[in-house]
Amino acid sequence: MKVYLLKRFAFAFFTMFVVITIVFFLYRSGEADPAHIMLPPDATPKDHEILTKNFGLDKPLIIQYFSFLKNAARGDFGKSFRYNESAAKVLFQRFPASLQLGVAAFLFSAIVGLAIGILSAVHRDGWVDRVGRVIALGGMSIPSFWLAVMLMLFFGVTLGWLPVSGRGEGGLLDTLRHMILPAFCLSTYPIALITRLSRSSMIDALKSDYVVMARIKGVPEFYVNIVHAFKNASITLITIMVPMFVYMILGSVVIETIFSWPGIGRLVIEATFARDYPVVQIFILLITFLITTAYIVADVLYAVVDPRIRFQ
Amino acid sequence: MKENGQDISQALSITPPDVTEKKLKVRKPYLGLFFLGVFFFMVIFADLISPYDPFASDLSKGTLPPSWQEGGTAAHLLGTDFLGRDQLSRIIHGSRMSLVVSVGCILIYGTIGIILGLISGFFGGKTDMFIMRLSDIWQSVPGLIVILLLVSVIGASAKTVIISIGITGWPQFARVVRGECLSLKERDFVRLARVAGCSNFQIMASHIFPNIINTLLVLSTIQIAGIIVLSATLSFLGLGTQPPSCDWGLMLAEGRQYITYAWWLVTFPGIAIAITVIGFNLTGDWLREILDPKQMLR
Amino acid sequence: MASQKDILLQVKDLKTSFFTKKGVIKAVDGVSFTVKKGEVIGLVGESGSGKSVTSLSIMRLVPQPAGKIVSGEILFKNENLLNKSESEMRELRGNKLAMILQDPMVSLNQLLTVGYQIGETFKYHGKADGSLLTKCINILKKVKVPSPETRVNNFPFQFSGGMCQRVLIGTGIANNPELLIADEPTTALDVTIQAQILKLMKDLQKEINASIILITHDLATIAQICSKVYVMYGGRIVEKAPVKDFYHDPQHPYSEGLIKSVPVLGKRVKRLYAIEGQPPNLINPPPGCRFEPRCSKAKKVCSQKYPPEVELKKDHQVSCWLYS
Repeated sequence: MKVYLLKRFAFAFFTMFVVITIVFFLYRSGEADPAHIMLPPDATPKDHEILTKNFGLDKPLIIQYFSFLKNAARGDFGKSFRYNESAAKVLFQRFPASLQLGVAAFLFSAIVGLAIGILSAVHRDGWVDRVGRVIALGGMSIPSFWLAVMLMLFFGVTLGWLPVSGRGEGGLLDTLRHMILPAFCLSTYPIALITRLSRSSMIDALKSDYVVMARIKGVPEFYVNIVHAFKNASITLITIMVPMFVYMILGSVVIETIFSWPGIGRLVIEATFARDYPVVQIFILLITFLITTAYIVADVLYAVVDPRIRFQ
Repeated sequence: MKENGQDISQALSITPPDVTEKKLKVRKPYLGLFFLGVFFFMVIFADLISPYDPFASDLSKGTLPPSWQEGGTAAHLLGTDFLGRDQLSRIIHGSRMSLVVSVGCILIYGTIGIILGLISGFFGGKTDMFIMRLSDIWQSVPGLIVILLLVSVIGASAKTVIISIGITGWPQFARVVRGECLSLKERDFVRLARVAGCSNFQIMASHIFPNIINTLLVLSTIQIAGIIVLSATLSFLGLGTQPPSCDWGLMLAEGRQYITYAWWLVTFPGIAIAITVIGFNLTGDWLREILDPKQMLR
Repeated sequence: MASQKDILLQVKDLKTSFFTKKGVIKAVDGVSFTVKKGEVIGLVGESGSGKSVTSLSIMRLVPQPAGKIVSGEILFKNENLLNKSESEMRELRGNKLAMILQDPMVSLNQLLTVGYQIGETFKYHGKADGSLLTKCINILKKVKVPSPETRVNNFPFQFSGGMCQRVLIGTGIANNPELLIADEPTTALDVTIQAQILKLMKDLQKEINASIILITHDLATIAQICSKVYVMYGGRIVEKAPVKDFYHDPQHPYSEGLIKSVPVLGKRVKRLYAIEGQPPNLINPPPGCRFEPRCSKAKKVCSQKYPPEVELKKDHQVSCWLYS
């Protein structure tokens, strides 16, 4: 297991290296000149030259790449062109907002999705199952940005019940009120996915002989479902839900843009339009790091649940 | 009733002669096929059925509400946008953009995925490991990021959307094809073909590929649903098709600015997306049940 | 017939069907039999003859939602199990009524320790005082699992198939049940292990004096531990006989076929006997004898009416037109 984990980490590191290299060259091969973007429209050619030199943009690409790697190894990912501040700092200032929204949405989708999925499997073709199927189809098919716009229209514009923009200034209650719509819109697709997945894996588990055996032993139905069936079903769920959690805390470009939520999703799309490479670069690095870590965490959790893996 | 068949055959330890599992289930996909029918009808007959030229603007008729609402006219059933363009016509023509983009994406990543999947599954060993590792790396980069990258490098357009979704989506295709290929490789007809002296390419092209077409059909149908949502999202964010194209996502983005007084501009394009996607999803689920590819969709 | 007091289980005209879109599968179609206290009954028949469904009906665990007990009575200690509530049934299961499934490797939950899975039997019947672990270890001792103190914390995948079956038998006998149903307990095991398991069951049966219904298609197993044999075919019992009569003088043509198809040691035969034809389709079965299409002695009446049960001698009944 230890050797395995080490291997996985080595591979994760390698992945990040590959990704960052590709990103670096893709960006630099674009025609846009970063110095041009950073400068105000009335800047002189002299200004342009100074800036280019300061950022080392005049050196050959390969030299730039190595100095970039050297700095990256020290944890320095360059300055944001737009904010003239460390790109990492810019990113992490915006991270808590995304984290907050992501955690809320994940908890909501996990609770709702698992509840519907498990109940649908236990009472197959019952009313929860029927309603759940519609919810799952809707969650899979209705684009979250459209849902966001419609909910904004209804709750924000027509009824005026909920705020539709920003993170809220005041206390906890205000924050919660601001979070309801974005968190709900962020969770529709995950709910659909978790519902479908937990339903099908629960049904598989409920069909197995050990479940019949548990009933034969006189184990009450509740414990049959949770201890025997759900534990087995959770193996599949772990491999999907752990990466899902990471994606959700990394902020949704769409939802954050629509609700003007000051998270990293919105930061990144702004940075993209402004060609603020360092910010996008470090965001991609963060994503790659977290996703690869998520897969490792999923594997570890897998081993926690399944003794067969643990004892290998 | 999908699972009953299995329960029974388990309980009886046999499959009763006339009751094969497959025939027991299968919900009829009328709704899904109907939605798809509407979609393809719009695609094919867009020029005939749309009441106006979708690009013709008439500022004197700007932002008219749907005909049943006060102020609306029967001439513009679903109202007009801020430039006075007929919304119904734009929605009908928008279906073509959805189809072009999604089919384009599928063609690109389907081709990459099928080729890599076949090679990976057929040759196995180091080649297999290399390709699978590559797809691991690929999958740990979210698709949206690649799209953001490409947009900032080559600019936003429908072409960018097709290319970027196209090059990000292949790992899932490759995995499914590889899985099928692995099991087909061990089957007798493939072994016989080898004995008969067929080249590797011949075996892949004429013995393995025809047997995975069902799987590919199901996978593509379900993926098209996802691509339509994704491409609409990109257009909505301004990363995809640019004005004045007829594109549902773009229409929503434009309508969003007028959300407070023109509800119809953000409502109908979204409904168009939703029913198209529901159509593809339902049909895909149904195809999966009747064609029954074993190891699809975890 | 035995006096009422000796009878532990009495199944009367049990009918269990599966309702599918293709039609109603009458898996068990009018089965009646009795099991006396301390008796070991063998229930034989080929796959799909309704043996397993009969036993699941007794446990009231017919696969839902398609399966349903349509009619009949199952009297356990003179109480009809079909009238009991689900929670009363749960009390009985694993307590007075126990069952062992066919494949030990899949009947044990791979993610839970063996000790936990045995312990459940005590826990959910209010018998889990402080000494749950000791109780589990004692069970493992009883079924002769070596070094039970360490094994109790192991997972099923660390056990061999035979050891898993021992564990399952352990959970079955944990609460000293009065009736133990063993559904092909040895089918999934190696031949040498089969003998050990059978011996274990025989010993335990004597120890706790439970009645056993042994479901099998292996006639050798029956010969070893059963006192009576019930032969099932197409959802019905066609012959009930003491084990000796069944081997030496089977009456129903189907039973005869079964006996003939067993290879006999030392006797040379050119080809093993096999009963021709397919098991019957249980959707809309013909009105007559289910075995008629495959029976070499079939008469005209056989395809028209189901034969009544005839008592040939004490404890030996058969349903066949040859005898009535």
